[in-house]
Amino acid sequence: MCGTRSPVARAVVVGAGIVGAACARELARAGCAVTLVDRGGAASGTTAHGEGNILLSDKSPGPELELARLSRALWPPVLAEIAGSTPRGAALVRAVEWEPKGGLVVATTEAGAAGLARFAAGQRAAAVRCEPLDPAQTAAAEPFLTRAHRAVLHYPEDAQVQPAAAATALLADARAAGARLRTGCEVLGARTRGGRLTALHTTAGLLEADLFVNAAGPWAGSVAARLGAPVDVRPRRGDVLVTTPQPPTVFHKVYDADYVGAVGSDDSGLQTSAVVESTRAGSLLLGSSRRRVGFDDRLRPEVLAAIAAKAIRLFPALAAVPVMRAYGGFRPYVPDHLPVIGADPRLAGLWHAGGHEGAGIGLSLGTARLLRALILGTPAPLDPEPFRVDRPAVLGTAGPARDGAGAPGHGSSPEHPQHPGGTAQSATPAERKEGP
Amino acid sequence: MTARHVLVVGAGPAGLAAARSALAAGAEVVLVDSAEEMGGQYHRVPPAAFGAAHPERLQHHWAPFTRLRRELRAHPRCTWWPETAVWALEPRDPGEQGPPRVHLLHGPADGSGRTRHVLAPDALVLAPGAHDRVLPFPGWELPGVFTAGAAQALAKGERIAVGERVLVAGSGPFLLPVAGSLLEAGAGVRAVLEANPARTLARGWGSRPWQLAAHLGKTGELRDYAGQLLRHRVPYRTGRAVVEARGTGRVEEVVTARLRPDWSVVPGSSRTLAVDALCVSHGFSPQLELPVAAGCALLPSPAGEFVRVDGEQRTSAEGVWAAGEITGIAGAPAARAEGALAGWYAAGGDRTARALPRLHQVRDQGRDFAARLARAHPIGAAWPGWLRPDTLVCRCEETDYAALCAAAREESGAAARTARLATRAGLGPCQARICGPTVGELRARLRGSAPDARDAEGLAAPSSHRRPLAQPLRLGELARAPAPPPPGHRADGGPGSVPPRDPGPELPDDPAP
Ligand SMILES: Cc1cc2nc3c(=O)[nH]c(=O)nc-3n(C[C@H](O)[C@H](O)[C@H](O)COP(=O)(O)OP(=O)(O)OC[C@H]3O[C@@H](n4cnc5c(N)ncnc54)[C@H](O)[C@@H]3O)c2cc1C
Ligand SMILES: Cc1cc2nc3c(=O)[nH]c(=O)nc-3n(C[C@H](O)[C@H](O)[C@H](O)COP(=O)(O)OP(=O)(O)OC[C@H]3O[C@@H](n4cnc5c(N)ncnc54)[C@H](O)[C@@H]3O)c2cc1C
Repeated sequence: MCGTRSPVARAVVVGAGIVGAACARELARAGCAVTLVDRGGAASGTTAHGEGNILLSDKSPGPELELARLSRALWPPVLAEIAGSTPRGAALVRAVEWEPKGGLVVATTEAGAAGLARFAAGQRAAAVRCEPLDPAQTAAAEPFLTRAHRAVLHYPEDAQVQPAAAATALLADARAAGARLRTGCEVLGARTRGGRLTALHTTAGLLEADLFVNAAGPWAGSVAARLGAPVDVRPRRGDVLVTTPQPPTVFHKVYDADYVGAVGSDDSGLQTSAVVESTRAGSLLLGSSRRRVGFDDRLRPEVLAAIAAKAIRLFPALAAVPVMRAYGGFRPYVPDHLPVIGADPRLAGLWHAGGHEGAGIGLSLGTARLLRALILGTPAPLDPEPFRVDRPAVLGTAGPARDGAGAPGHGSSPEHPQHPGGTAQSATPAERKEGP
Repeated sequence: MTARHVLVVGAGPAGLAAARSALAAGAEVVLVDSAEEMGGQYHRVPPAAFGAAHPERLQHHWAPFTRLRRELRAHPRCTWWPETAVWALEPRDPGEQGPPRVHLLHGPADGSGRTRHVLAPDALVLAPGAHDRVLPFPGWELPGVFTAGAAQALAKGERIAVGERVLVAGSGPFLLPVAGSLLEAGAGVRAVLEANPARTLARGWGSRPWQLAAHLGKTGELRDYAGQLLRHRVPYRTGRAVVEARGTGRVEEVVTARLRPDWSVVPGSSRTLAVDALCVSHGFSPQLELPVAAGCALLPSPAGEFVRVDGEQRTSAEGVWAAGEITGIAGAPAARAEGALAGWYAAGGDRTARALPRLHQVRDQGRDFAARLARAHPIGAAWPGWLRPDTLVCRCEETDYAALCAAAREESGAAARTARLATRAGLGPCQARICGPTVGELRARLRGSAPDARDAEGLAAPSSHRRPLAQPLRLGELARAPAPPPPGHRADGGPGSVPPRDPGPELPDDPAP
């Protein structure tokens, strides 16, 4: 559609988070005239309120693993392209803090170890690299890790970025390829002609284009509703703790495989599992929690306490380390816990790219590559079917969401993988998209 | 009738007055402060270990202060919790009544483990005060450069003289007491430099400033300080500022320059001066993280943002009152009057109490004083002219001015939060307490108003005051379950059940000490 045909197709991407930035870049490089709009500043939404784990380790065989694998393969070459494409590119890419440091998944109970072994066997069959470490290797890899572990797996392909910087780099490169960025521009509604979306009403006036991409993160549902084609994307709260800068203590992404079910009370379904990682500045990031509380961003000390307790269980020495900051955001999720990528069958001209839950940073590049192929009609880099828009969970016709607190095990079908540890009430896929 | 539970945060002049009048109104009071002793900034108490023989010589209002301290300690309805920091405020669920739940850490900050407590008072009085504001200039990170507050704390609290040839510079009437404390502690003060020219001072204070000051008990103080400077032959110069500090490993000399009213440097007016210490203060920044966490609306003013309160010191957040420097910078007497009102109203005190009109009057004079102070000692818009590309703006993360400019120019990453992550300014241990206002001002100047300066659904607009963790805490402290609250106090927010132990509330009409 873009580039190959003339005149040049005009595309509007709604949402300048990492997914919108990645899509804008792909479409601009494919020759579209891209306008990227955001009601706030670029990369200031979820993308600046989460973590930057790029994981294969937490994904069981299935469509999401395929998307993760495609994305993981794209990160190094895309960053290299950006570094070379403009004079500022190298500095932008340095700021991304790409670190292919590998992940360690730690089981601290026998049941957890057994679950982890099963899970890893499935992954290995799907060609995910994954090596068990013995206690000596573990101690060498993570000297401060608890000795009370029953099994430790090393995933060398796991990596990490600073998400806001990654989005900034993608966005700068999109602009270098001709994309325009309009911040402070909120999408309000649609203008359609003959069942086709032809323009967006925005706070900055009417925006006409040939195609429109909804990449509004956890607000994708409300944007879609304003355009008359609702999709069931919901927010899921996550909180993260940041410590004061530390001497090197944690060398990989380390997370626990023992998902205990909901820790808290209420129907908010608090779940926590520890993900511990160091950043280039020396601070440790400790994630994270998952709660369905709508867009309620009130601080919950008991949630933070649960995160702290889990982190200390992995790294007992952290008990003495000061936390200086806490922040949180809203993961965009679809009730069946798969992203939504593709054309909206109800409204021609509208495309969706979102619902990545706790994995949108990592999955952004593969998502954009897939969307570009679908829009251009070129061969898709992976099977797009599982991500299509007209699935019951996306259209909101699936009945109650299958994400109730403690909803007992979704089994281990490919759509509902059970990650490490898998006890009955343990993680639904959603419970683990950014690691545990 | 059951007594209201009032929690007062901060035991400075405002918090002490609040505790006293809440007790007078019949409330059960918990008074907490992260410091070991009552007194706040104003009554910096020499730690017992230093055993100052005559602290009263260093202090105004010492006698009434020690009386009040005794009174609060002995009061049967008052629980005084020293070394107790509020680290988080947790707003109630929609539909739930009352102020936020208050999360406390109790114990020595450098000890091995403080205990965690949660209180659910009926009313919350916030009086956490302000801290010094210091504008950056080349060399301000050198050892030997102190904030005025830190120098005064050393002088007043620990009787340490910071140097023999000290320069005190910046803006505001607080430069005088700082110089005074330094002299008392045996330091040599070379000069006091006020950046604003005499004309700005005169215009700002307006007509009959001394009458106003007299109301607030200030004339005496200021006269004492001025007399002290005279006796020690310390010159007080207006319209002059330190624009650079130099030295290897420590400040050795400073460059001062004459300023125009907008604080741009008059060419050719620089002088160098040998010093062994420099104390700077450009006014105060209110500690707004607790009010912001409680959901209190802020009020912008030429002197910065403060907590908005009504005539009864009530904030926009349910069950939350505010007093002292978080509502405006007007010195200790004004803080006391505000505290007395806040405590009384928070405790549900009688609105017809005899003493109220007088307290309201003093408080209103305090507000007038704050407005004049802000007009007389504004921060001139041209101060960034002192900055060089390599001048540090954020000292924790060593972000320089050039990095800030580059981030502001990077269209793709210009949103406040993104830029903060990119430059790291404000992400270090002080969490933007020091550089926050400066970075905000520089950004506004470099970029104009940012598109993300308002809330998105679920995400609050970036603000240098938002610090959901109001105090750092160790992971081990955080992970431990909360310990029970003090006897008679609730952690659950249910209805109060403690009957008043002594009836007959009466509000004292002197807001002192
Ligand atoms: C605590 C936490 C930890 C996480 N950890 C990880 C991790 O380790 N690894 C990982 O890969 N992912 C992680 N994630 C998930 C990841 O952050 C998200 O999946 C990703 O940021 C989503 O990006 P996005 O571009 O879709 O959404 P966003 O970044 O939210 O961007 C959407 C944009 O749309 C704009 N918008 C909304 N409505 C409108 C409108 N009406 N008009 C115009 N613009 C509009 C918004 O302003 C926003 O900027 C985590 C998330 C959280 C909350
Ligand atoms: C250098 C200097 C010189 C001054 N000289 C004079 C003068 O000569 N005359 C005059 O009138 N005024 C003077 N002042 C101003 C005067 O000190 C203030 O006006 C007054 O102290 C304000 O009272 P406050 O109660 O609002 O705050 P503060 O006195 O600052 O008290 C606030 C208290 O709250 C506590 N606190 C803060 N946050 C927390 C938390 N999260 N948890 C627990 N506790 C917390 C602090 O430990 C502190 O004790 C001076 C101030 C300074 C810094």
